[in-house]
Amino acid sequence: MADLRSNFAGIKSSNPFWLASAPPTDKAYNVVRAFEAGWGGVVWKTLGEDPPVVNVNGPRYGAMHADDRRVIGLNNIELISDRPLDINLAEIKQVKRDWPDRAVVVSLMVPCEEESWRRILPMVEDTGADGIELNFGCPHGMSERGMGAAVGQIPDYVEMVTRWCKQFSRMPVIVKLTPNITDIRYAARAATKGGADAVSLINTINSIISVDLDTMAPNPHTDGKGTHGGYCGPAVKPIALNMVSEIARDPETLSTPISGIGGISNWRDAAEFIALGAGNVQVCTAAMVYGFKIIEEMTSGLGRWMDEKGYDTVGDVTGRAVENVTDWKYLNLNYITKAKIDQDLCIKCGRCHIACEDTSHQAINTVKDGEKYYEVNDDECVGCNLCVITCPIEGCISLEQMAEGTDPRTDKPIDSSYANWTTNANNPSAGQE
Amino acid sequence: MVQNNDDTSITRGIVSGRLTHSETQANFCDLHPALSPHQASIDASRCYFCHDAPCVTACPTSIDIPLFIRQISGGNAIGAAETILEQNIMGAMCARVCPTEQLCEEACVRTEAEEKPVIIGQLQRYATDALFDDGRQLFTRGEDTGHKVAVVGAGPAGLACAHRLARYGHSVTIFEARAKAGGLNEYGIAAYKALDDIAQREADYILAIGGIELRYGVKLGTDFSLDSLLGDYAHIFVGIGLGGVNALNIVGEDNNGVVDAVSYIETLRQTDDLSSMAVGSNVVVIGGGMTAIDVAVQSKKLGADTVTLVYRRGKDAMGASLFEQELAQTNGVNIILNAQPSEIKAEGDNVSAIVFERTLIDDAGKCQGTGDIFTLPADMVFKAIGQKLDSELDLNDINMKWGRIDVGETRQTSNPRIWAGGDCILEGENLTVSAVEDGKVAAEAIHTSLTTATLTTDGEQG
Repeated sequence: MADLRSNFAGIKSSNPFWLASAPPTDKAYNVVRAFEAGWGGVVWKTLGEDPPVVNVNGPRYGAMHADDRRVIGLNNIELISDRPLDINLAEIKQVKRDWPDRAVVVSLMVPCEEESWRRILPMVEDTGADGIELNFGCPHGMSERGMGAAVGQIPDYVEMVTRWCKQFSRMPVIVKLTPNITDIRYAARAATKGGADAVSLINTINSIISVDLDTMAPNPHTDGKGTHGGYCGPAVKPIALNMVSEIARDPETLSTPISGIGGISNWRDAAEFIALGAGNVQVCTAAMVYGFKIIEEMTSGLGRWMDEKGYDTVGDVTGRAVENVTDWKYLNLNYITKAKIDQDLCIKCGRCHIACEDTSHQAINTVKDGEKYYEVNDDECVGCNLCVITCPIEGCISLEQMAEGTDPRTDKPIDSSYANWTTNANNPSAGQE
Repeated sequence: MVQNNDDTSITRGIVSGRLTHSETQANFCDLHPALSPHQASIDASRCYFCHDAPCVTACPTSIDIPLFIRQISGGNAIGAAETILEQNIMGAMCARVCPTEQLCEEACVRTEAEEKPVIIGQLQRYATDALFDDGRQLFTRGEDTGHKVAVVGAGPAGLACAHRLARYGHSVTIFEARAKAGGLNEYGIAAYKALDDIAQREADYILAIGGIELRYGVKLGTDFSLDSLLGDYAHIFVGIGLGGVNALNIVGEDNNGVVDAVSYIETLRQTDDLSSMAVGSNVVVIGGGMTAIDVAVQSKKLGADTVTLVYRRGKDAMGASLFEQELAQTNGVNIILNAQPSEIKAEGDNVSAIVFERTLIDDAGKCQGTGDIFTLPADMVFKAIGQKLDSELDLNDINMKWGRIDVGETRQTSNPRIWAGGDCILEGENLTVSAVEDGKVAAEAIHTSLTTATLTTDGEQG
């Protein structure tokens, strides 16, 4: 089987799956259970300065459920660790000593002052932890106090604090980035400039998960009031994938290791992050919904898939898909596709038709020889993929390339050569790039 | 199911109290217990919200099934009930008695995809239960048009017709021979499908719209004639069902213990104490329709030792759906196919056995005796081989066909002032849902006729 051992920014772990800094890594009890279950590493829930923060005593979490009550999105208003610093440090020291082959990284968040960082870093280093992760992402509560996302949203601060950490400790420094910005690359560049050994992303997204229509308060609410929380879970994965790929493609950061975070629930999610440039991944929501045992599916699935594909190490996979992420303007406009419906698989639900008819290109007919029969009309089909998405039967509708002949929609002969927007006749700026 | 397994204690003959009251209560519990909100939510989420949905096409009343299921998903069960009742005012009863496995659920694309349809019937019950629990009236009577319509029979067809007419503001008088409304919903159909007095609660809900007068205990042919109604009412809707029962026409049919299944079920449905129902120890049911299954299963639930259902043709020709056949079998009913009764034997005046001859279906599709004979011991024989129009009835010379009333597409009879629907018409399918559709379609036609007539006589729109 493929070798799943991981060396991320100099931090070794038995596999590339770490638990993200969050409630599952709040204390030794949880972390030991995670290691017993097989997790490769943890990022310990964020430590701050004493006195510890306090949490609300009402609900901390809200969720978005799919129709069948599967959790597809989670938000929280929990703050950083609310336990005394010395207890956390003692537990970290003990756990690291007991589990030398696992990664123990410590998440930190102290005020944006040099003295605060200078004070806490030696204490963490003394635990024997493998590295630190700077929590520049937490979007709720702490950001009101000038920490978390309030730092991560200002690249100059990101660079400054990263530099302090590299200056005052020998530990690898991972900078955790907030997605609550317009362009993730600026923060990633700042971290890199500050000397970060790696970045991790994404932290949670500003969110109001839902509104209680009886009390007219946002969920979750405490004593009738609610506040925005950090959104995570499967629903945020596409946002995270994009941000990871942006950093992986950016010339200024492409050599900075990335720890991928955002809705990873199974091996396939993890493989996608790794393919887009992540060196390892961090998981939280899936563990909070299903417990630590999910690691078994993740390691087994990733290993089996790597074997099938002939990848020996995680490093062989990292970044494999990056070169295929491009800008829209470079997409091949001569590549023609048409939807095809497999009549043997079609159950005649008609969703492809109504989606296309109402909201797209009126390219799916409904009747043939007087019988209900859903069939693509190539004269109208633009190959948009909506029917493939709406079809409840996997594999029933597929997009197929029309490699030669004439596109009946445009009546133009199919050109097998590559041509993109930069040279297109309709582009006023064509040829200027 | 509770059974009496002690062989030595079996009492022969037709007796009551084979099981205790509580044992019978347990046997007659709900066939499909109501869905919890959680179950409803999970199952509603399986609906694909199809375009031009096959389930809607398969529903005789064209309920917008994908819409009502989506409303359930959205936590709007009352809205779902409104969607259902808009097309089928007897949605609550149909949710319980429709052969959904032959209608909407058979057509469900999930049946094609994974042989497991969305449980449309149970979701429909979930929505209509929510409405009845809530108690609100969703429909209001239209402004009084001054038109009077007579409806003969307060069964599913008559009630559906009356309700739709009341919505249009016409005044309806229903003439019902029995003491209660609901027709076969109240007097037929297995008890375990219509618990909690649902048939009456539904009839009450329908009548609560207003503008409908219900006269009980008046029978067509005895207390009034269609002719007399034509003098007082602009139009008539006839929904009288099938009052007559087909005879076996074999030797011994008049012995004690040979019972008409329809009237037995009627008594069963009206009794407060099911353990008081007398039933044989060895029961034989003749027939292959829903009534046969209903009486067979209920005999077993009342404590009969053996129940054998005998049908003269094959499985596929049975009027009862496969689901119903399996329901009977899982309740301990033995089904014998391709056999027809030839003689009922008696000891004294009481039935003791019934002789059958095996049959073959010939090339022309006719059922022929083979001469191969067998005998089943029986102390009770149920006749369930179909019903017919009460032959005594004077139906005012309206055209009949094959013993039933002949109607056109709008359920209009050969008399342009008389419409008919439900089991009494030629196209009647012996289903509540079809009867409701008949009543609805006829009401629309009657309304059109009344308002068009107004236009010509008064020169203004009705």
